[in-house]
Amino acid sequence: MTEVLFFIAAIGAIAGAIGVVALQNPFFSVLALVFHLLSLAALFLLLQAQFVAAAQVVVYAGAVMVLYVFVVAYVGAAEAAHFKAPIGGGQRRLAVLFALALFVELAIALLASGVEAIGTDGPTLPFGFGGPEQIGAAFLTKFLLAFEVASYLLLIAAVGAVVLARRRGGIHEEEARVSAMDFLRPPGVGTMAEAVEGRTGTPTHREIGPPPGTGVGAGSREDGG
Amino acid sequence: MSLAWFLVVSALVFAIGAGGVLTRRNPLVVLLCLELMLNAANIALIGFARMWGNVDGQIFAIIVMVVAACEVCIGLGLVVAIYRRRLPIDVDELRELSG
Repeated sequence: MTEVLFFIAAIGAIAGAIGVVALQNPFFSVLALVFHLLSLAALFLLLQAQFVAAAQVVVYAGAVMVLYVFVVAYVGAAEAAHFKAPIGGGQRRLAVLFALALFVELAIALLASGVEAIGTDGPTLPFGFGGPEQIGAAFLTKFLLAFEVASYLLLIAAVGAVVLARRRGGIHEEEARVSAMDFLRPPGVGTMAEAVEGRTGTPTHREIGPPPGTGVGAGSREDGG
Repeated sequence: MSLAWFLVVSALVFAIGAGGVLTRRNPLVVLLCLELMLNAANIALIGFARMWGNVDGQIFAIIVMVVAACEVCIGLGLVVAIYRRRLPIDVDELRELSG
């Protein structure tokens, strides 16, 4: 039973990988990658990694691929005609040769490996191996630093993506920049910068309405005036 | 199921991904092929975790998934930025930085 499931999942994973590389339309490539990831989750289940398999399906095949589909729908269609012309035959042949050489090298490393357990099924594992309980305990004790660094990495990547994909998409726009100091230092507090520029006293935006604390709104002032 | 089978699948997927990175010109598909290579490494990591009988390799695989998500995030941001500046979305033509 395990063998049957393994070969179904392995053939699915390899077919998905070939589909990603071979299909011309990037949208179909993304769909092939989703298929590949689902097959991979089945392989992870066969290796007793339940939590990783669930994370693979939910995070990878779910969230990340949705991001891909959005960007392909936004960008891909306009560029499809551009890629009709194939790249130079020499480069393609060299690339295929390189990939074959890489596989042969990895196969040699596998066959010549001195690790004897590669040929075995691995040890008998206790019930609950690879479940969320064990993963969570490992993350919060042994790998706490990696856990925290990963969260910082995600934060940095999210901020970086927002900066990169802003409306005009450049790093040149100066006028749209908002400094954090504008919020830390409200106008009219008597800083040296205000004294130099002659902006002391009541800030400009308060001249539109009545000063705060008088209890008179902008609308009622118009009625009275 | 012997572990060697999983490692063979891992090697095959890695080689396919490497070939894809070298042959495709669309940066979106190049990113997809990078995902393939990272996933191939994940199979090997989880296979070795199964062999050792502890979860350290699975933790490593989850961290690899986090890094892959960050890479996708930045890569797609770059593709959108390139598209908005009306530059060709082609890794062969985006070579201003190469010497």
